[in-house]
Amino acid sequence: MIEVKNVTLEYGTSEGKVLAVDNASFSAKESEFLCLVGPSGCGKTTLLNMIAGFFPPTQGEIRVHGQAVNGQGLDRGIVFQDFAQLFPWRTALGNVAFGLEMKGVAKSERERIALEQLRLVKLEKFAGSFPHHLSGGMQQRVAIARALAYNPGVLLMDEPFAALDALTRDEMQRLLAEVWRATRKTVIYVTHNVAEAVYLADRVIVMTPHPGRIRAEVPVRLPRPRDPLSVEFLEHQKMLLRHLTQKEEGPS
Amino acid sequence: MKSRAASILRAAFPFAVVAALWEIAAHSGAFPPRLFPALEAVAATLASLTASGVLPHHAADTVFRLVAGFAVAAFAGVLLGIVMGRYRRAEDLLMPLVSIGAPIPGLAYAPLFLLWFGLGDTGSIVLVAFVSAFPVILNSWTGVKAVKEIWIRAAQTMGADERRLFRHVILPGALPYILTGLRLGLAQAWRILVAVEMLAAVPWGLGWLIFGAREFLNTDAMLAGIAVIGAIGLALEKLVFQRLENYTVVRWGMMAS
Repeated sequence: MIEVKNVTLEYGTSEGKVLAVDNASFSAKESEFLCLVGPSGCGKTTLLNMIAGFFPPTQGEIRVHGQAVNGQGLDRGIVFQDFAQLFPWRTALGNVAFGLEMKGVAKSERERIALEQLRLVKLEKFAGSFPHHLSGGMQQRVAIARALAYNPGVLLMDEPFAALDALTRDEMQRLLAEVWRATRKTVIYVTHNVAEAVYLADRVIVMTPHPGRIRAEVPVRLPRPRDPLSVEFLEHQKMLLRHLTQKEEGPS
Repeated sequence: MKSRAASILRAAFPFAVVAALWEIAAHSGAFPPRLFPALEAVAATLASLTASGVLPHHAADTVFRLVAGFAVAAFAGVLLGIVMGRYRRAEDLLMPLVSIGAPIPGLAYAPLFLLWFGLGDTGSIVLVAFVSAFPVILNSWTGVKAVKEIWIRAAQTMGADERRLFRHVILPGALPYILTGLRLGLAQAWRILVAVEMLAAVPWGLGWLIFGAREFLNTDAMLAGIAVIGAIGLALEKLVFQRLENYTVVRWGMMAS
């Protein structure tokens, strides 16, 4: 359960103050898959980073499982876009076991759990490989396994597949949908890809930039696994695009 | 195996060319043999000095000073460099001193250190440690700055405290630069050590062997001493540094082999 209440983030630049996130409020239920969609500069990654606890909001409050967020915590796992997030000096298994090691779990136990997580992302055969021997898609799968290994309730994902080629990305999305069904984590997933959001999410939060604001909340009630070529799927996509491109209404 | 033999041959080729040119010059009669000895004379001197135990004694004393001085420099230098890279206060305090001290030629400190710590082992070891610490500090500092923010964020998210962040992220993340720093530091240590052995009136040491040999025009002993320095340097590079690199940063894909 995640609650974001009236969150604002303002930062100063040489050209004055920038409102990166303006009064954003939303919540995610237990085991819900929530997507934050918007173009660059809409504050979606900034919001995710605040939920992760990398920095606090200027105003407002964020709660995870009822507790106010104050810095990073093992109740949240995070997957970044950058393939370089893995530690090059650790094998796939060593990377996945990192959080458990920090928690003080015994070596044999943490390796057993890490191997289980690698199996979940279909990489158990590569447990002993160093990251530079893995493809981009494989590295991101290791990163997902790593974020899940210490069993956080929440998984935060910042465009994890944006730097992959289209075919690999489709494969990764299917795999993530499976992983989510198997683990039932609460997921907050940031993307600028509308089709990806419709494929993955229970609910999509649409954001627009300058200032970063929540424009709409669109539930996706399509049965899973979803067919990206079905009429309903395309209708959802169109609806999201409409929210994204529509000019702000109201008196001017 | 064939490619291994080929690579050895390729590495040996430039030396063979220089040796051939040297031999031609030495046997041409253009220079007095006492000043320009043929390689076989150098080899004979090398063999006899080795057999008599004189050369091993010189080499052992030099290696002892080198290792003792450089060990201190490596430990203190990595520690200082990492602390400076990680903590702003330490950087503000130490960086100006390191920046000023680093470009001063090591030999300039020598008379001072010899006065303070005396002629002989102590003075030369302290000088080697001091002078060779600079490149280690600077490169370790750069290495910490080059540690990716995303590694630190990921580690902190997974519950790494400052101590474990150091050991599990910053140290391995900075290792390519730290190894470069150690390599440069060792080269620095060699330079200053051989020079100070010429100055410090030590009874044994390769620097002293080379410098002392001038009194009797023993150019063959000088060249033998130089050859031994080269051989020890090569051994340290191949047996220590390359192995260390292959086992760590090369295996991790952080540095090309």
